[in-house]
Amino acid sequence: MIIKQLTVFLQNKSGRLEELTDILAKNNINISALSIAETEEYGIMRMIVSDHEKALEALKAAEFTVKTTDVVSIQCPDIPGALHETLKTLTNNGIDVSYMYGYSNGGTARLIMKINNPEKAMEIIENNL
Amino acid sequence: MQENDIWSECETYDREQFRKVQSERLVDTVKRVYEKVPHYKNKFDQHGVSVEDIKSVDDLSKLPFTEKKDFRDNYPFGLFAVPQKQIVRFHASSGTTGKPTVVGYTKNDMTMWSEMIARIVTMAGVTDEDVAQISFGYGLFTGAFGLHQGLEHIGAAVIPMSSGNTEKQIMIMKDFHTTALISTPSYALHMAEIAREMGVDPKKDLFLKWGLFGGEGSTEAMRREINGAWGLLATENYGMSELIGPGVSGECLALKGMHINEDHFIPEIINPDTGEVLPEGAVGELVITTISKEALPIIRYRTSDITSLNYDKCDCGRTTVRMAKISGRSNDMLILGGVNVFPAQIEEVLFNVDGIGPHYQIKVFKQGYLDRIEVDVELIDANYLDSFGKLENLNQTIKHKLRTVLGIDAKVNLMQPRTLQRFEGKAKRVIDMREDK
Repeated sequence: MIIKQLTVFLQNKSGRLEELTDILAKNNINISALSIAETEEYGIMRMIVSDHEKALEALKAAEFTVKTTDVVSIQCPDIPGALHETLKTLTNNGIDVSYMYGYSNGGTARLIMKINNPEKAMEIIENNL
Repeated sequence: MQENDIWSECETYDREQFRKVQSERLVDTVKRVYEKVPHYKNKFDQHGVSVEDIKSVDDLSKLPFTEKKDFRDNYPFGLFAVPQKQIVRFHASSGTTGKPTVVGYTKNDMTMWSEMIARIVTMAGVTDEDVAQISFGYGLFTGAFGLHQGLEHIGAAVIPMSSGNTEKQIMIMKDFHTTALISTPSYALHMAEIAREMGVDPKKDLFLKWGLFGGEGSTEAMRREINGAWGLLATENYGMSELIGPGVSGECLALKGMHINEDHFIPEIINPDTGEVLPEGAVGELVITTISKEALPIIRYRTSDITSLNYDKCDCGRTTVRMAKISGRSNDMLILGGVNVFPAQIEEVLFNVDGIGPHYQIKVFKQGYLDRIEVDVELIDANYLDSFGKLENLNQTIKHKLRTVLGIDAKVNLMQPRTLQRFEGKAKRVIDMREDK
């Protein structure tokens, strides 16, 4: 399915991440998946949260540079080769993944993928997997 | 351009009238300082110039310069030309190192000062219909009191707000229907941020028409930013406590330079290295001689401000000479790897880049024997977060633009919003960590 991801700009400086989690905690927002990619100076934090609208509002109010992005979330079996199958299908259909992150739990794995055309990707996944 | 009144007929004198009044007042001032201020007597004697040598404004360049150092050497009252009994007001500059620069005013000086401000606020659009909020810090600094008196003089309603407590500033603005804002340009930008944070749309919820900014230089790009954020018309005015405070010059609504009150302040442009007077239109250091002040007349004061003069008649009808926006200060000029750089040039670059906020900090330091410069800016547009590529492109764009101005590569640091320091008075944008500049 297509879900909303929050993308936040973070300076690579002590305390910044804690400031962010503090705001989410105070607003009773749960994080279900996250990834942080960083350079020496700054990082981009991507996360899936329980209430993205509320989180966006709270982070904006605290002057974070933040936006929501549509991402594709799919479930696949937690077995060797499952991710490969998924990616092969997408690649064969001309779909590129810009970035992805995921986790596995209880026999299934959940993948969050940033794809230029999420609707088309969903269609292909639904028809082929 | 919007039509507005001209406060004084002196602002429309022809060149001959200016020459006449300048010459008379200069001769008188030179006589007074020679008799009353030992510093000037000694300096004129050493320089080999006598009072009789000064017959008209043409003889001005025969006189020696006065510098900031002369104020320090004569601290606190050594340059005063009247007995303390006649002083009715003191002010002092915010000296960051050592003793402040002390200035004094007689009753007549105060009247003259109010008159100068009346001219400047009038040319910036303000009338007796306006409600003016003064968000300069009240105290020893000349800005707040200077504008205050002049605004009252023209009959505007003054709110002596002072700087700081920004939420309250916005509340008062809204509730008192403030129509004119008086502050430093950097504080105006900060206030707009706070207003938006409070859920106040400065353009819809407030009543501001005019913004009169001074106390620090600003660029055209900053003006656009302020106009856009507030929905007002920003003008700039110029002065310094050594000369009187605000009131030396100001912009009219034609926005083509700041009209100098020439019947009270004679401007010259010099080469800052040689002291040579430069021809009309040339860019150089502004030198001002005060010709009507009683308590503290100043002969050929080197302002350190870099500008040029334009004697053409202005669209607004005034004939007073106009000085261009200050493009830098001869003493805050940074020399980076042998290249002269003014912080204002960096600001102009940054203001023309999309995606980043109006606040910035410049850090200069040595790496080995080389000068390095870092520029901190705040990323405000979340659309750059789609990928590192986009952020990197933004960074490269800024770097490239700075390189064309600075001649050396600057490191650009993208920061989170509201992490750079905000200023309520004069902004301090440059941190120079080089020991040997």
